[in-house]
Amino acid sequence: MSEGALLSIEDVSVDLPTPRGNLRAVDRVDLTVGAGRTLGVVGESGCGKTMLSRAVLQLLPKKAKLSGRVMFDGKDLVRLPPEKLRKLRGRSLAVVFQDPMTSLNPVLTIGTQLMETLQEHLELDMAAARQRSVDLLAAVGIPAPEQRLMQYPHQLSGGMRQRVAIAIALSCEPKLLIADEPTTALDVTIQAQILDLLAREQRRRHMAMILITHDLGVVAGRTDEVAVMYAGRVVERAPTPALFKKMRMPYTEALLAAIPKIDAAPHASLPAISGRPPDPTRPLPGCSFAPRCRYADARCQTEKPSLSEAESRDHLYACFHPVETAAEVSA
Amino acid sequence: MLFFVARRLLYLIPVLVAVSLLTFLIASLLPGDLAYVILGDQATPEKVEALRHDMGLDQPVLWRYVSWLGHILQGDFGRSFRTGQTVLQAVTERLPVSLELMLLAEIMGLAIGVPLAIVCAARSGGAFDRFMTGSAFAMLSVPTFLSAILLIYLFAVELRWLPATGYVPFTEDPTGNLRFFVLPALTLALAEWPGIMRVLRSDMIATLQEDYIALAKAKGLTASRILFVHALKPSSLTLITITGINIGRLIGGAVIVETVFALPGIGRLLVGAIGTRDLIILQGVVLLVAVGFVVMNFIVDLLYAVLDPRIRHGHA
Repeated sequence: MSEGALLSIEDVSVDLPTPRGNLRAVDRVDLTVGAGRTLGVVGESGCGKTMLSRAVLQLLPKKAKLSGRVMFDGKDLVRLPPEKLRKLRGRSLAVVFQDPMTSLNPVLTIGTQLMETLQEHLELDMAAARQRSVDLLAAVGIPAPEQRLMQYPHQLSGGMRQRVAIAIALSCEPKLLIADEPTTALDVTIQAQILDLLAREQRRRHMAMILITHDLGVVAGRTDEVAVMYAGRVVERAPTPALFKKMRMPYTEALLAAIPKIDAAPHASLPAISGRPPDPTRPLPGCSFAPRCRYADARCQTEKPSLSEAESRDHLYACFHPVETAAEVSA
Repeated sequence: MLFFVARRLLYLIPVLVAVSLLTFLIASLLPGDLAYVILGDQATPEKVEALRHDMGLDQPVLWRYVSWLGHILQGDFGRSFRTGQTVLQAVTERLPVSLELMLLAEIMGLAIGVPLAIVCAARSGGAFDRFMTGSAFAMLSVPTFLSAILLIYLFAVELRWLPATGYVPFTEDPTGNLRFFVLPALTLALAEWPGIMRVLRSDMIATLQEDYIALAKAKGLTASRILFVHALKPSSLTLITITGINIGRLIGGAVIVETVFALPGIGRLLVGAIGTRDLIILQGVVLLVAVGFVVMNFIVDLLYAVLDPRIRHGHA
């Protein structure tokens, strides 16, 4: 692990008891994010990326079991006393959830929801918190911020609500922002605006950001590093330009191929990934992607490839048969 | 908001007409002619006939209803043929007792049920939660007359802290008045808190699963702020409903509790009217109680709008 890392996730696993047996949602993940850097976490639904973000925030479901260490700013969040954890949350560690329709409290005004964080962590008085809330709403591109303070979430559109959620997350100048699929629930026309807003604020405030998404196109050009997750594990990790220049893991390749291309022939069929992710309560002995992989052979069925640095120090992948051809850069 | 209130008020009119019609019909469908009841068993057919004519009992039912309603709209609910007291006098004399009992019982019930519900929801599935959920279930099955007698035995007979029965008006002796009300109100509260607690607890548990509670935690808010500001308000709609129903029910007096503790409330007025077949009092009181119930539900509807801005703005 690099020395200057702001966040380092070390050997983190999350197990959830289910009626069908233990479900390993996150399987021995190691990741680091340096101060002011951005990490993209990419994977399809159910790959454990949201559970990973909840593990960092210590917001896992009550029954979930977490092992490993989450070092943030020199402190292990897993073993931090609740009161110290509370003082970090919202202050230096902030989050934007997927669905702005459900992540804002329907019975409290926008102003209350913004100002309470400021008053809790920065000990601002009412007037100062109010002024700062207005500034924040203006910064995230909300027109007439003064009036918005008095409004309730249902009076705003989805895109506006997500801007409010971002304003809340940014309010105390956090060192790390976790954006968990921040645009998935929004109209396509709004998505780019929200992503650009996040990227702009991230640079301006020099904060670190983890951008979680199922869309490789979203992380291209907006992140420094990308980690691809499959069935709870990180299967490929590389600096963003390196990954898009030469992806090695067949899953990453398939994920990229599944994005519609603007220059594809009309009515060309989209190469979706066939099959489904494996049942997480029945782990496979070999590579989890093997049943859906076109390169898989007998070894892939029985032996699990480890995440190793094969060609350069920072490009890691877990595969016995890495893709050799250069993938075309998209998005 | 004004439009919302006006619309709800309009809805009240057909409900009130239906309530008054039903009240009247039930009273007139009761077996036994009112004229016989008044004149007793010594009545001659001629006297009965004359009285029926005087009271308008020989008119068609619908016509009698319209004329009764007409009198009521002028504030004339009728007069007891036994005591000579008007319905309004009898009710205004008794209503303060029942209202005070209802108010104190509701305050006590909420004071016990709400904090317990919040603590249980915050630690749902824990030992305290399971113990309290079990206790609430046990308390639900204790009948009022039993808890009344047990409370009297404990606090009035053994400890001698409080009087067992009796009543003085608040205006004459405020502390004495409250002392008389503690045990009856507590008896009612003991029957109410389990319902309050169970409803609020399960709504709170559901609310605590919401994304906005996860966000509130991620914002680093204190546990008490999350519970009381973020979770309690959106979880209170069912609580408001059952509290409204409880209050509406208690406007009609608590028959058993008023009887056991000898409180001169509406409940005992009703029982007395039934016992003496005082139909005028009976139908007047039933109507007033029903109207009180309907109005209480109207207030509950308004409270929904106060609690949830989505209802206020017509989005729900």
